[in-house]
Amino acid sequence: MKFLVVCRRELRSYFSSYIAYILLAVFLLLSGYFFYSDLIFFILFGGYILPTGLWQYVFLDMRLCALLVLPLLTMRLFAEEKKLGTIELLWTYPVRDGEIVMGKFLACWIFFLTMLLPTAINPLIFYHFYQFAIGPLLAAYLGIFLLGTAFIACGVFISSLTENQVVSAMATYGILVFFWFLTWNEEVADERIVHVLLRLSLFDHFYNFSRGVIDTRDVAFFALFVSLFLFLTLESLGVRKWRGVR
Amino acid sequence: MIRAEHLTKRFGTFTAISDVSFEVERGEIVGFLGPNGAGKTTTMRILGGVFPPTAGRAVVAGYDVVKDSLRARSIVGYFPERVSLYLDLTVREYLRYVAQMKGLDGGQRRAEIDRALGSCALTHVAHRLIGTLSKGYRQRVGIAQALVGQPRVLILDEPTAGLDPEQVAEMRRLIRNLRGESTVILSTHILSEVEATCDRVIIINQGRILAVDTPRNLNQRLRQTSQIYLEVLGPTDAVARRLGAIPGVLSVEISPSPADGAAAFIVATAKDRDLRADLAACISEAQWGLQELRPVALSLEAIFLSLVNEPARPPSPEDNEVPGRLSA
Repeated sequence: MKFLVVCRRELRSYFSSYIAYILLAVFLLLSGYFFYSDLIFFILFGGYILPTGLWQYVFLDMRLCALLVLPLLTMRLFAEEKKLGTIELLWTYPVRDGEIVMGKFLACWIFFLTMLLPTAINPLIFYHFYQFAIGPLLAAYLGIFLLGTAFIACGVFISSLTENQVVSAMATYGILVFFWFLTWNEEVADERIVHVLLRLSLFDHFYNFSRGVIDTRDVAFFALFVSLFLFLTLESLGVRKWRGVR
Repeated sequence: MIRAEHLTKRFGTFTAISDVSFEVERGEIVGFLGPNGAGKTTTMRILGGVFPPTAGRAVVAGYDVVKDSLRARSIVGYFPERVSLYLDLTVREYLRYVAQMKGLDGGQRRAEIDRALGSCALTHVAHRLIGTLSKGYRQRVGIAQALVGQPRVLILDEPTAGLDPEQVAEMRRLIRNLRGESTVILSTHILSEVEATCDRVIIINQGRILAVDTPRNLNQRLRQTSQIYLEVLGPTDAVARRLGAIPGVLSVEISPSPADGAAAFIVATAKDRDLRADLAACISEAQWGLQELRPVALSLEAIFLSLVNEPARPPSPEDNEVPGRLSA
């Protein structure tokens, strides 16, 4: 259960600095604004199917907020400990590398949940005026939750590669945006390649969720994506065994 | 308690340590002495479980630090050369975190934290953020985190580096107080530190061990002659002549006189031949006043220099006459 100890300390670090609050505020403000404008759009243009007319846009926009904020959350996880040198002590405690990775990952995850939960206020107010079917909304929340988890896993890995937080954040942006743009050249690419690219694209697996559809293939993709990056993180921590510690 | 067998660590093409072997008995305080870059930290990191050796084996309290890493680490308290702590925690919070990482539970944890705070004189700053503490205090927090959980083995990498003289003295006292409770291995490049705190010394240079012995034995081993310092109230030349005539005395050197008017001499005798009684008898026979008479110990400084300047070779047991440029 040592990963809980690691997790608690990470959360403590997040909330004892103002960075956490700023990230939280920016995420909530942006996603609140997007909800508002998407709702106006939906009403003005006379949409009547909520999942494809409203929720889809709300969650596609929320995805952008998560893309913006989560790399800034994960960038410090290992990079800061390496820079400060606190990681050396961490390695002398009787704790497995896996527990350290799990703890840090979990801390970000909990933080992400804290970010996500208050956004439910918007649809809740909406529900007060109009009793819509909540199934599709829950599916979309599951989607953004899985997508964010994937972002975090990727960020954790990148953070384990460097001791520079800016590099860590930037490289995470790079990878995530790449996984987004992967399908943008479908016009020029070979049909068979596009087919493969679509399968790999992070965001193409999110679109179904945002429209209220839960496809097990999409869930499996995210599970695989997360496991891959957590595995890579473990491997990258093992590098010290032959490369040493600065 | 600690056994290093032929440890070698390479980083790429760079060999940090090579064929390092030594043993530390239970309850001993052993100094790991060498210039900067000699391989002290690398050896300590291997013992602390930070990374495994490229070749060789290290065993702490019966547990292999690679194969049984978790169990070995749970026995070791480690103090890193670069003390870096989480600055956004208070001292007590930090120690609680450490205690949890070491797997202590509930009541035991509380008692351990209080004990560590007490023995490092940190109780009065327990509620302060580590980020607001001075270097000396942070260093003490570093020691305290190593002490939490009463580890049977303590690995301290340069525990006094960067402290002011008063803090150094305090740190040494703290380490000496650990005697009996824990087995301690501490690294330093300061010779007086080893003399002040350690039972045995391991001298390392350029990744190789040059000598392992007590400060006293090293002293003996490296000397070609024994020397005795004398202060006598009497005519300098006459005393020197008389002393030189004693059988067994190889040479008499006149030292700068101390302030009280006595004459001072350094008498060299054959190694392992104790002539102190003869010298005293001679002085009193001539009815001069004997102010002082003591064997001259070689400083570790001199021993160290002579070992380091030698071409590196593993010391062998029959290697008694290590030649050195020693004329203290």
